[in-house]
Amino acid sequence: MTTLDVVFVLLGVVAVGAAVLVVTTRQLVHAALWLVVSFGALAGGYLMLTAEFVAWVQVLIYVGAVVVLLLFGIMLTRAPIGRSADLDSGNRWAALAVALATAGVLVTVLVRGFRTAYAPLDVAGQGAAKPLGESVFRIWVLPFEVLSVLLLAALVGAIVLSRREI
Amino acid sequence: MDLYIPIIVLGVLAFGFAGFSVVMGALSGPKRWNKAKLEAYECGIEPTPQPVGGGRFPVKYYLTAMLFIVFDIEIIFLYPWAVAFNRFAGWFGLIEMVLFIATVLVAYAYIWRRGGLEWD
Amino acid sequence: MKCTTEGIAGFGCDPWWLIGGKALVIFVFLVLTVLLSMWVERRVIGRMQLRIGPNRCGPFGLLQGLADGVKLALKEDIVPAGVDKVVFWLAPVVSAVPAFISFIIIPFGPTVSIFGHQTQLQGTDLPVAVLLVLAMSSMGIYGIVLAGWSSMSPYSLLGGLRSSAQMISYEIAMSLSFVAVFMFAGSMSTSQIVAGQQHIWYGVLLLPSFLIYIITMMGESNRIPFDLPEGEGELVGGFHTEYSSLKFAMFFLAEYINLATLSALATTLFLGGWHAPPPITTIWAGANSGWWPVLWFLIKIWAFIFFFIWLRGSLPRVRYDQLMKLGWKVLMPISLGWILLVATIRTASREGLNQTQLLIYGGITIAVVLVGSFAWDLVATSGRQVDPYAEPERATAAEPAQGGFPVPPLDLPHYHGVLPETAARKEVSSGTH
Repeated sequence: MTTLDVVFVLLGVVAVGAAVLVVTTRQLVHAALWLVVSFGALAGGYLMLTAEFVAWVQVLIYVGAVVVLLLFGIMLTRAPIGRSADLDSGNRWAALAVALATAGVLVTVLVRGFRTAYAPLDVAGQGAAKPLGESVFRIWVLPFEVLSVLLLAALVGAIVLSRREI
Repeated sequence: MDLYIPIIVLGVLAFGFAGFSVVMGALSGPKRWNKAKLEAYECGIEPTPQPVGGGRFPVKYYLTAMLFIVFDIEIIFLYPWAVAFNRFAGWFGLIEMVLFIATVLVAYAYIWRRGGLEWD
Repeated sequence: MKCTTEGIAGFGCDPWWLIGGKALVIFVFLVLTVLLSMWVERRVIGRMQLRIGPNRCGPFGLLQGLADGVKLALKEDIVPAGVDKVVFWLAPVVSAVPAFISFIIIPFGPTVSIFGHQTQLQGTDLPVAVLLVLAMSSMGIYGIVLAGWSSMSPYSLLGGLRSSAQMISYEIAMSLSFVAVFMFAGSMSTSQIVAGQQHIWYGVLLLPSFLIYIITMMGESNRIPFDLPEGEGELVGGFHTEYSSLKFAMFFLAEYINLATLSALATTLFLGGWHAPPPITTIWAGANSGWWPVLWFLIKIWAFIFFFIWLRGSLPRVRYDQLMKLGWKVLMPISLGWILLVATIRTASREGLNQTQLLIYGGITIAVVLVGSFAWDLVATSGRQVDPYAEPERATAAEPAQGGFPVPPLDLPHYHGVLPETAARKEVSSGTH
């Protein structure tokens, strides 16, 4: 167990803990903020795995855009300061059971599928933008183009959702 | 990983400074309680009562944030492409990005026509 | 100078005291820059408005910023009732800390020798350094949104929402203006970008990117002409209305540090970083070595800061819908078009098209686009003629609000201020000390 392993495990604990707090806190905006902590810990995890570009993109997109969108959505509809009495739907034990079952299934699948797969992490600079660009835009071009269609769908959905009239 | 140590050091320094300032500001000031200081400031008049939960705000802020996400995702694809641009051979690298940007521009034109970029 | 673990030559091997020293120097530099730019702003704007500006505290009023800081520290820290305490206290910190961190990757100068260690005059350098600055700028937006929301005032919330909507709109155009620079530099790391500008600055080579960046710099930092969310006449103080004492100072600190960071980024990416301006290097070969580049860097940063202040003194405020229209409808398409143009030209020159063919094709394309847009504009607006003598639609109802003049709702019960009793406190009526 090197220092990096220890830090990685700690970041994982922080991510899981913050995620638990997201669903158990009584205040809506605090839930969004704990989500930020969870995403930040994920970004730290990416850094530990030398995926630098992905880590900063995680901060830029997830923390900087997605949670801002969530906050805007919360603030535009109902932004009570203090506890919301109706945030608890009463299913917490069923939800806990389902969450644990899903986690169990996922962990089992991952461990059994990838237990012997290792990737070398000591190649310097592999996670930077240039190696990523070279591989995405020369080998993985089709998923990249399909992604543009996904973005198109997202934008059309955003307009439909907010129902702007021409 | 050694490249990140200065960032952490400066982050801790900045956090300590900001936290210390905020706490010191709270401690080193008088505390004269006045009922008017507890209310929201509205240029001196008593604040207009707001509906429960803050009322309804326009949805265009949400739409702007949504647009920001999609175009930010486009930009994070533009960055590795631009950095690796000199290593592409032929016109392939350019064409694939033109297709990508064209698809997103179709969405952009749709939003423009549907009034998503109007801010009244 | 090969010492590195991550692929950027020369970084990652500083001893601990050097790391700490660099972080401390950057921190002190930022605080001094803030104090100095506050002074410069007030004096320069004063002169532009034909008055003197502060000249009481210290020689030429130089200690004015410090005096303001001490004054703010000694003011009463007012926390309105009913705010979300955790977020209210957290927002200024979240606003200030990312602003400091952004400066760690800015190159002040080339390799120098400090107490026997060869080191670059830069905190650190990442292969994705510019992305760090963008990520920290996104984190700064959080401070504004949370401050606006947690203040329990609709004006703060609206100010916070407007300010953050403006910042995210301009962040798109700003990020797009960097793409062309990365194309030329081949890297996102600041030291390599500066190294790539040895012969020609990117601000000259990629002038449209530079101009777009300058405009988005204004929008990103909420400065005039784009400072409607902070305009005093509009929303009181915007998102920092309910803040007092040093929490308020943190927001202003964050704003001025943001100014310095954006100027430093402009210098690094477009004005050659710490390289001396070309006329100097032709007569003095040593201008780019040793500690001298720090001087060129400082001159360029202060030129930008002065430019910010100059615009503040000269331009009126832009209306919010005009602001958003500029960001989304003008800057973004132009940026994308420019990126594609640059990419096409580089690919074409790499593939061996000769210059004249390129110019001909490029000229034809641009002419077609321009003529097409003029024609479309003519066709699209010909059908809508406005009759200047027609009577405007008049409101006929008796309600005061329908005359178009905003009237607050007249049928709400007026709040006469009964708060939950806080038993053990004596009220000090305003006006006594």
